Amino acid sequence: MGKWTRRVFIGAGGLVGGGLLLGVGAVALAPNRLRIMPARSDAEPRLTTWIRITQANEVIAVIPHCEMGQGALTGVAMMLAEELDADWSRVRIEEAPAEDSYANGYMLRGFATEAGLAVPSWLERAVDYGSYRVADLAGLQITGGSSSTRATGQFGMRVAGATAKAMLLEAAARRFSVPVNELAAHDSQIVHAASGVSATYGELASDAATLSIPEHPALKTRDQYKLVGTPRPRHDIPSKVDGTASYGIDVKLPEMLYAAIAAAPIPGGKLLAVDAAPAKALAGVREVVSLDDAVAVIADGYWQAAQALRALTPEFSDPGFATATSEQIFAAHVAALDGADERAEPPTGSGAITAEYRVPYLAHATMEPMCATARFVGGRCEVWAGTQDPLNARRTAAAALDIDAEDVVMHNLQLGGGFGRRLPGAFDYIEQAVRIAQATSPRPVKLIWSREEDMAHDYYRPAVLARMHSVVDTEGLPRSWASHFTGAPFLDALAATPIYSIEAPDIRVEAAPVHLRTGSWRSVASSQHGFFMESFVDELAHAARRNPLEYRSALLRDKPRHLATLQRAAAMAGWDTPPPAGRARGIAIVEAFGTICAQVAEVGLDAAGTIRVYRVDAAVDCGLVVNPDQALAQVQGAIIFGLSAALLQEITVRDGAVVQRSFPDYDVIRLATAPRLNVEFLRSDAPMGGLGEPGVPPIAPAVANAVFALTGQRLRSLPLRLA
Amino acid sequence: MIELTLNGKPVRLDVTPETPLLWAIREQTGLTGTKFGCGIGACGACTVHIDGVALRACVVPAGGVAGRSVTTIEGLASPAHLHAIQAAWIEHQVPQCGYCQSGMIMAVAALLAGNPTPSDADIDASITNICRCGTYERIRRAIHSLAAKHTEGAQHG
Repeated sequence: MGKWTRRVFIGAGGLVGGGLLLGVGAVALAPNRLRIMPARSDAEPRLTTWIRITQANEVIAVIPHCEMGQGALTGVAMMLAEELDADWSRVRIEEAPAEDSYANGYMLRGFATEAGLAVPSWLERAVDYGSYRVADLAGLQITGGSSSTRATGQFGMRVAGATAKAMLLEAAARRFSVPVNELAAHDSQIVHAASGVSATYGELASDAATLSIPEHPALKTRDQYKLVGTPRPRHDIPSKVDGTASYGIDVKLPEMLYAAIAAAPIPGGKLLAVDAAPAKALAGVREVVSLDDAVAVIADGYWQAAQALRALTPEFSDPGFATATSEQIFAAHVAALDGADERAEPPTGSGAITAEYRVPYLAHATMEPMCATARFVGGRCEVWAGTQDPLNARRTAAAALDIDAEDVVMHNLQLGGGFGRRLPGAFDYIEQAVRIAQATSPRPVKLIWSREEDMAHDYYRPAVLARMHSVVDTEGLPRSWASHFTGAPFLDALAATPIYSIEAPDIRVEAAPVHLRTGSWRSVASSQHGFFMESFVDELAHAARRNPLEYRSALLRDKPRHLATLQRAAAMAGWDTPPPAGRARGIAIVEAFGTICAQVAEVGLDAAGTIRVYRVDAAVDCGLVVNPDQALAQVQGAIIFGLSAALLQEITVRDGAVVQRSFPDYDVIRLATAPRLNVEFLRSDAPMGGLGEPGVPPIAPAVANAVFALTGQRLRSLPLRLA
Repeated sequence: MIELTLNGKPVRLDVTPETPLLWAIREQTGLTGTKFGCGIGACGACTVHIDGVALRACVVPAGGVAGRSVTTIEGLASPAHLHAIQAAWIEHQVPQCGYCQSGMIMAVAALLAGNPTPSDADIDASITNICRCGTYERIRRAIHSLAAKHTEGAQHG
């Protein structure tokens, strides 16, 4: 993850293909897609591809991101309305259709930095590694990487709003025959104070659409913000309290059939044979469809399909992993690090400290299981699903059917949770649905995965083994820092780099077998390396017999933002006061996606001796906070998401397949086990960071560090379990 | 054919008696606010009221509700007003992805109908629904705000 570079140009022009993401200086951001559509008498004048202003004086923000509960659409629209000086009550929000003209991938080129950092790891699967070409990014319409607000909002919507306002002002100046600088824009109207004349944006929009595009519209400074920074209700919430919100699983079509599916339990397995007769004998069953690596039952109702699927005994091939276990997989990770250690210089000297950590595979377990509905008629396909990249999903569907993307219409619906599971590279459910729709053509078919299918066929957060080494000086402060871990070459290095003032940290990654399909899991590599680094720093602090807060503060003396965030969390938690009897506190701080988050966990043991987290205090520096209550919700949710993983969750492998089936054996924090949360944001002029993910990484080490303070047990693997 | 009262209206479900109520409602009545999460009664996304009792519709056979009264999230509000819980959910900006919230709201509605001023322990014991987005803090606050309004109403009433 790198810094965003601000190089968005205003002007017409298609997306730029090619270019080198890795090449320093070779990266030029594409022109953004602001352009004038000719005013038509029968239609709303369209000022840009992102905003429309109607003659009824409504501003419609067309946002190239999906809604999965993160609230980005509301926040991004606020940034537009701020620069446009629009009346917020007259702003409507629409999710952009899955069309090339709404691609947002070019925004992501901002990840290419002077540091030479390339593809952000959550995008790994979307990019062609053979060439590192970013051309592929032009086809993305992605929501991920905690990027919507700081990318589309910061570099797209603000510019769009400012440009539109400048054009509306110019249109008003011409209409009133007054200089532009005598006009003021506010609440979706333009006023000439001296003469008292005014016009609404809607009245001026058609005129404005005929003007040329200003090259450098003035953007507001933060002190001029009136809307941004104030809490505004999310636009998507009302439909989520009365059952009317429409998710991927909810689409209803005439003549629609239902499909249940069972894919090969062992990754890479192929369907060898299946006797369809037991399913076909059951009421309501229409068809049994064999796919390359799965079998699906089509029926009049989903329950019928799911029941009939259970009647089948499909035979899948063994791709060579049929005896694989979690223990073997971790043993291979150990061997990978051992082999590399033999070639490397081990840390020496009296102050050497080492520790080995491991984290398991994790499933996303979105509340809405994977599902998609498809209709294939006459060589054209329509798809309905909730995805984190509808444009890419459209191409996936086209490729699966061997038709042009233009012959696929992708309807993106609300997501019942994303967390990375619905990113490109993980569209197996889309491929399956469109292939099944070929068999049911012309009737549409809704494919729904069972919870068990979803749990066993995820793109898992990778399991990682890490060895941490440090040599400390006489004050116990690290003179060296090494992190040696298994994982994907290159991609995890940034997440493994400590925030502390330590010279030349030695970050090394070794390839190790992954066995399961892996993908991006909320906060990606930071979820693992945050745990390793912040546990290890805590170990160093205790080895030095120093207070973990004071020790970290000493290491952050040159990092004022980090230091302030750390100390705020500590102050919120009352770090200097004794915790309640039977409890202890742990602290951790992680920077991810441009945001710094420090957390203090207050931990005790319940009557059964199980680790309980009673309270979490979190301080966040994400730069500008656009919609404070939405921002708060993201951090609250991230803490709970991370806490479920820290205390409860583990995907294991036996006989080559995933063991866990559903929520009873892949449990989730619930009301009774949810800690009380206090979250505060620092006032900060720093560049905007993301917010969907940075709240996840600190919680696991904060809890582990508290467990050590409470029990003296240093738990170096997740989920945390006392000996 | 199973006859029951759904959200105050008589309906007939053309399903076999063992079909889970969840799928019968979703596919036969067009009401999709009741969600599928696990199919084994573990997550609560499909919570509905059967004669006022919160139950998980994925493990209730449709045949078991013949002649009974079922309320889904779509039947909670009156035509003119949101239910107080729904209003509190908006006021406290509870939902994130929202997928679990139909079931969550129905579970809370049943709790508050029997115990309008629940303690934290009452809430913990009776609301076991899963929210993967982690909205629990806001759920708790929203419930307490409803309890406070109830207490206030009782004092002034």
